[in-house]
Amino acid sequence: MGKTIAEKIFDAHRVDSPEEGISVLSLDRVFCHEITTPIAINDLVSRGMDRVFDPDKIKAVIDHVTPAKDSKTAEQGKIMREWAARHNINDFFDIGRNGVCHAIFPEKGFVRPGFTVIMGDSHTCTHGAFGAFAAGVGTTDLEVGILKGVCSFKAPESIKINVTGKLKPGVYAKDVILSIIAKLGVNGATNKVIEFCGPVVEAFSMEERMTVCNMAIEAGGTCGICPPDATTVDYLWDFIKEDYADKAAALADYSKWNSDDDASYAEVIDMDISALEPVATFGYKPDQVKTIAELEKTPVNQVYIGSCTNGRIEDLREAAKVLDGKKVADSVRVVLSPATPDIYKQALKEGLIDIFMEAGVCLTNPTCGACLGMSNGVLADGEVCASTTNRNFNGRMGKGGTVHLMSPASAAAAAISGYITNSSLYKG
Amino acid sequence: MAAVKDFNGKVLFLDRSDINTDEIIPAKYLTEITKEALKPYLLEDLKMEGFDPSKDLDGKSVIITKSNFGCGSSREHAPWALEVNGINLVIAENFARIFRQNMYNCGMMAVELSSDEIAALFSEFSGEETTISTDLEKSEFTLSSASGKSKTLSFTISGFDRTLVDHGGWVGYADKKY
Repeated sequence: MGKTIAEKIFDAHRVDSPEEGISVLSLDRVFCHEITTPIAINDLVSRGMDRVFDPDKIKAVIDHVTPAKDSKTAEQGKIMREWAARHNINDFFDIGRNGVCHAIFPEKGFVRPGFTVIMGDSHTCTHGAFGAFAAGVGTTDLEVGILKGVCSFKAPESIKINVTGKLKPGVYAKDVILSIIAKLGVNGATNKVIEFCGPVVEAFSMEERMTVCNMAIEAGGTCGICPPDATTVDYLWDFIKEDYADKAAALADYSKWNSDDDASYAEVIDMDISALEPVATFGYKPDQVKTIAELEKTPVNQVYIGSCTNGRIEDLREAAKVLDGKKVADSVRVVLSPATPDIYKQALKEGLIDIFMEAGVCLTNPTCGACLGMSNGVLADGEVCASTTNRNFNGRMGKGGTVHLMSPASAAAAAISGYITNSSLYKG
Repeated sequence: MAAVKDFNGKVLFLDRSDINTDEIIPAKYLTEITKEALKPYLLEDLKMEGFDPSKDLDGKSVIITKSNFGCGSSREHAPWALEVNGINLVIAENFARIFRQNMYNCGMMAVELSSDEIAALFSEFSGEETTISTDLEKSEFTLSSASGKSKTLSFTISGFDRTLVDHGGWVGYADKKY
């Protein structure tokens, strides 16, 4: 019987199997941010175990609330900073160089096909876009990961989603993943890996694949995985060119991780997206999805463009195409956070920042802030936000607020009109 | 080895599926760096008709709920907020993966029962004050209601989950083993 990517990665990293179906895996990367790591650090210190398994495999960032907004967040940053310094964690991204974790770590080339990655953050599934097994964990798993470089997982069953067809104009990777979540349900992939395959995924850029894998957790998935291919090699080439004679050699090596033809899946779903319309969520669960047309004219108070789902350069380009030469509606405030400093610089170079500022968009530094209602755009009771983020939970962006998740183009259209509407009205 | 936690006490019935981590403990409280500081905020944003955390949580030590409890964020603040409120046991049809793992990593228990068993517990016990007592050795729960109803059910947790409960969590176990 053949194996899936996830099974191959498990086999290559298993250090123990304390019980049938449970694998303790060695970790290639332990990513850390300032919300979930400080309690792990303090616990290690209080146990007299303030050690790290390998400072080169640990990467850390301050991203959720940056710059610090109050004494408590300042303290979280301080704990991270001092810990990174005393353990020689050289890849630590502090203010001025920091960005949203699931955007900046891929940008730095830290994730490779076949890697095992954990982080105390549920959207760690994003990194599966590189053909890695990447899973969000709690602080205790993170703590053990930091200390010993291992983490335990149940044997991963996989769901294969074969995406075919041709995307209509105005339909993006975000619309595809929202439609997949609507199909699976918020509990449909719990304890499973979602393997995203097929010609549509093969044609996706790494940024689009990250958008798709990012939301695997919203269907309960442990990880989203895209098979590594030439697109993966091209993205990583600057970081791996010393390791391989040429791109073909890298591709040949990475291809060993790909699922075998006779691999076994919990479920195989074929999805033709040719008829897919732009969509958005309603209600308080990410599987509650309607077409933008069905939600047409729903008024919004705020538009948020950014996050680990859709704060990358391609997302900013799509938003800029809609906003170019237009003005934000008087009834709306628009907050845009490029996900990393490099994305911000690239957007400046391409003139996107000019377009946003002329339109009346508020640009913030790279941060997670508003997505989880921590800073930089918290909603008031009763307010509605059109957002490119990943969760529409009750109170997510502020107590009593409502969030409609959508693509950057759709969010930009809402910015101009003041209500949910089709972005194709504003382009060209 | 940390002490084994207490899995007995009065039951809070939450008649809803997909209760997410943001409802259990909103993100704005994630700036706290002690578990105890989370205590007043448990289930503050729970979207459920008639639920009032300031009254309904009082004296409760066990939650019985429906499906996919703890979905969403990886925040271990969710089990911690339960723990500092004296709730170490959640019984449901099923759980989100990260939440479930976090519970056992803290030496707490997230126990699955079939949807039929959960439905029966709701119809027989949710209308009155109910207490649960847990026998870990026999893997049995006994529910007793104020009006004198009583029911004993067996449950299954994996050997590895049980090991974590016996060790009071994953850190102590992993440090010895790996």
